[in-house]
Amino acid sequence: MTEPLLSVENLHTHFETHDRTVHAVNGVSFDIEPGEVVGIVGESGSGKSVTARSIMRLEEPGKIANGSIRYRGEELTEATDETIRRLRGQDMSMVFQDPMTTLNPVFTVSEQIVESLKVHDNPDHQPLREYLRIPFLHDRTDWADKRDRVVELMSEVGIPNPEERLDAYPHEFSGGMRQRAMLAIALASEPDLLIADEPTTALDVTIQAQILQILSDLRASRDMSVMLITHDIGVVSEVCDRVIVMYGGQVMETGTTDQILTQPRHPYTQALLDCMPQQTERKEHLATIEGQVPDQLGDIEGCPFASRCAYADAACQSAPMPVCDCGDGQEAACCALDRVPDPTREAVGVEGSR
Amino acid sequence: MTDETSVGDRVKSIGDRLRSAGVQARSKLGETRSRLVAAYHSRPVRQFRSNTLNVIGLVIVLTLILTAIFAPMLAPHDPEEQNLRDRLEGPSAEHPLGTDQLGQDVLSRLIFGARVSLKIGVAVVGISLAIGTAVGVTAGYAGGYVDEGLMRLVDVLLAFPGLLLALVIAGILGPSLTNIMIALAIVGWTSYARVVRGSVLSVKEEEYVKASQLMGTGRLRIVGRHVLPNVMGPVVVLATLDMATVILSTAGLSFLGLGAQPPTPEWGTMISEGRDYLRSAWWVVNFPGLAIMFAVLGFNLLGDGLRDVLDPREEESVQNKGL
Amino acid sequence: MWKYIVRRIISGLAVLLGVSVLTFSLTFFTPGDPARTILRKQMGGRSPSQAAIERFRETNGLNDPIPVQYVNWVTDVMQGDLGVSYHSETAVTTLIQQNLMPTVELAVAGLAVALVVAIPTGVISAVHKGGRLDYGSQVLALLGLSMPNFWLGYLLMLVFAVQLGVLPTHGFGTFGHLVLPAVTLGTGMAAVITRLLRSSMLEVLDEEYIQTARSKGLKERIVVYKHTLRNALIPVITIVGLQFGYLLNGAVIIEMVFQRPGLGSLLIDAIFARNYPVVQGLVLIVAVVFVVTNLLVDITYRYVDPRISLGGGSE
Repeated sequence: MTEPLLSVENLHTHFETHDRTVHAVNGVSFDIEPGEVVGIVGESGSGKSVTARSIMRLEEPGKIANGSIRYRGEELTEATDETIRRLRGQDMSMVFQDPMTTLNPVFTVSEQIVESLKVHDNPDHQPLREYLRIPFLHDRTDWADKRDRVVELMSEVGIPNPEERLDAYPHEFSGGMRQRAMLAIALASEPDLLIADEPTTALDVTIQAQILQILSDLRASRDMSVMLITHDIGVVSEVCDRVIVMYGGQVMETGTTDQILTQPRHPYTQALLDCMPQQTERKEHLATIEGQVPDQLGDIEGCPFASRCAYADAACQSAPMPVCDCGDGQEAACCALDRVPDPTREAVGVEGSR
Repeated sequence: MTDETSVGDRVKSIGDRLRSAGVQARSKLGETRSRLVAAYHSRPVRQFRSNTLNVIGLVIVLTLILTAIFAPMLAPHDPEEQNLRDRLEGPSAEHPLGTDQLGQDVLSRLIFGARVSLKIGVAVVGISLAIGTAVGVTAGYAGGYVDEGLMRLVDVLLAFPGLLLALVIAGILGPSLTNIMIALAIVGWTSYARVVRGSVLSVKEEEYVKASQLMGTGRLRIVGRHVLPNVMGPVVVLATLDMATVILSTAGLSFLGLGAQPPTPEWGTMISEGRDYLRSAWWVVNFPGLAIMFAVLGFNLLGDGLRDVLDPREEESVQNKGL
Repeated sequence: MWKYIVRRIISGLAVLLGVSVLTFSLTFFTPGDPARTILRKQMGGRSPSQAAIERFRETNGLNDPIPVQYVNWVTDVMQGDLGVSYHSETAVTTLIQQNLMPTVELAVAGLAVALVVAIPTGVISAVHKGGRLDYGSQVLALLGLSMPNFWLGYLLMLVFAVQLGVLPTHGFGTFGHLVLPAVTLGTGMAAVITRLLRSSMLEVLDEEYIQTARSKGLKERIVVYKHTLRNALIPVITIVGLQFGYLLNGAVIIEMVFQRPGLGSLLIDAIFARNYPVVQGLVLIVAVVFVVTNLLVDITYRYVDPRISLGGGSE
């Protein structure tokens, strides 16, 4: 079996506030194979964003307290700064959530893309005078050459008339355009793993569909893995091969998209799918999950979903949950699967997705 | 028999009353004490205490205030007592900080100088605060042309560098401490006006104010009840920092000869008088300089600390970091 | 963008109008009758007769109603006539011209010192937030803010000029004469700019686009000096423009401490000599320069922050 591209094992990322510690990521494990699109689904506060940032080692001000992150076998939690930077410049890229705040407003979009290209070319040698473009001290031909590549990249992500937009500033782009620009910046590093943290959440539904289509196309044209983080199951069903469901800093269930959507095993996944508006008959009350997301102070005993789970008992709150193999690669972290409705027998989940 | 009992009774009743008064007083004291202790542990005070610099600022300011109040008792000599035989003597047992060119004791002059500086500071800040608040409230609340006009006035005043204008005003009115006070107040009220106006504008739109207006509450009451409490925080911070500025400006203007006139002990004047003796008697210039620096530093530190507690613009929240 | 400039200029002109009124009215607060003072000088100290005073007042329009006097004064000013010094009968404009260069020199040097000190300190402070470097520079900045600049001047004079004999104590002319005054003037400004830059840097470091920069694999040095600093300097530039007023304040005091000629000395001498035309002229010029500088700073600020200048929006 080939080694997975990314292997996360028992990751714990903590945040220290002045009086308490928040266990944002509390024992998360999963793998991503080369060339697959994995969706990480969860509510706000489930720890999915922090997981993504921890992989890129951008977890500050948090700290990775435990666990391992291996990229192509290289242990990222112990890697040197140089190694991490090299990885960021050549192997892993990230696209963030809010395109309005993730681009530097004082530089043109093309300059920010060229920067990515330059780092990719030479991650270890980044002279200040070159990057600051100090007159007479920087390589003007290099910057000029790269502009062509920028036009290519901008077309690839679907920005119309890129030649005319080379000197545009971020604020001259609309939200959807900016997110595409962010994608272009990410792609400039020719990554093998693209981490997209809720890339469409801040955008209109129509733009959302476009961005997802681009992601889908890119996966095919570039043979790269994508880790797509979202709170929207609809997004997942569009693009992802596999799905990881997170809650309270832990993984609840993993499986192929089909398995998760049509045969969810974990009570949380079932409840989540139940809440989808498409699931509810017209004029019926929308289902919700009673209770609130835990605030994850200190170590949590047992299952984080126990307080809101319809099938929970004392055992659920006292010990860590076993990861049960549900067949065909589907896994659920639950100690009471026998009490939970079995989707192979009853109608649970979404019919006819994908 | 009746007399004895009634006297006994009366004594007893007086004793009872005293005792109950004592108990009441002690419980009141206990109450106040527990309220103070609770306040000491309350969040804003704890936050203030947590930064050493803030506490240092508070200590310096309190020291200054106490020095000013108890000046006659603290000063070893009369600050204006001239002793020409002992002029320009270095620090000694008799004169811990030395004497100046007229034989006056530097330490005593420093101590009384605190009094002068604080008096002027409080006066100027008080007047600026009063005028500024009045203008700010009027401008903010009335809006329209009144607001425009008043803000233009502020702009005109701010078109002159502060010290320069105060200098000219003081110069025209004639050099004296009172005139410096007037000059600095004329120049200084503008910051208060802006801050207060800003607060008023934001509070004006609040629901509870509109509700109050609908109920028919008079404008003055609304201002007093809703607007002013909101403004208090930033204004207190401004006033504290302003004290620092005023003390510095007063010293500067006095140094230039426009403020305190000899023999009044004022730190700036002391430096000006002592500058001819810089080579031979460095203490005459340096001790007042140190005094000014510490006083201003104290108010700056205190003001910064108060600002963190009373007027925080940014709140750090780890939870917001994309959990 | 042009609309903004025009609006700003009109607003500036309104302020200038107010400034002129205020400056003009200063003369009416001066004790004594200007007619008497001038005549006295002309007559070599003897008291002029009442008739002479009356005649003088008539000829010089001092009996006209105030608005008329104001208009006359303004027209004179527009034509470059700021009056004549009581003292030497030289035109005020000439006096200002003679004393302009030393002050400009001092101001520019002071600003240079301030920037050279403050920018690196502010950046290092922010990057090492909470550490000893940060704490140290914050304390130094506070001390620099709180120190009276005239005392600092004498301290520097004492150490460098008197004890070490390296630099002159006073005077004007050579580079050596400029050093101590410029350092004294620059210190206060440096303290303010350091604090401001530090807090601005900290704010920018918190922004999402800094995370983006890191995620590209950029070295931290580039992230700080390219991405962060460029944004953090924007509010600092505005302040530096406003600090021009501080420079003028400081110039007055420092010129006195170091016995340098300049507009500051001119002002002080004029005030003590009750030479009101000079005072009035200086105040007016200073205010005008200040208003114009602020206007330019405002416009430049719009230009420096691309978000605002290009009036951009989404398509």
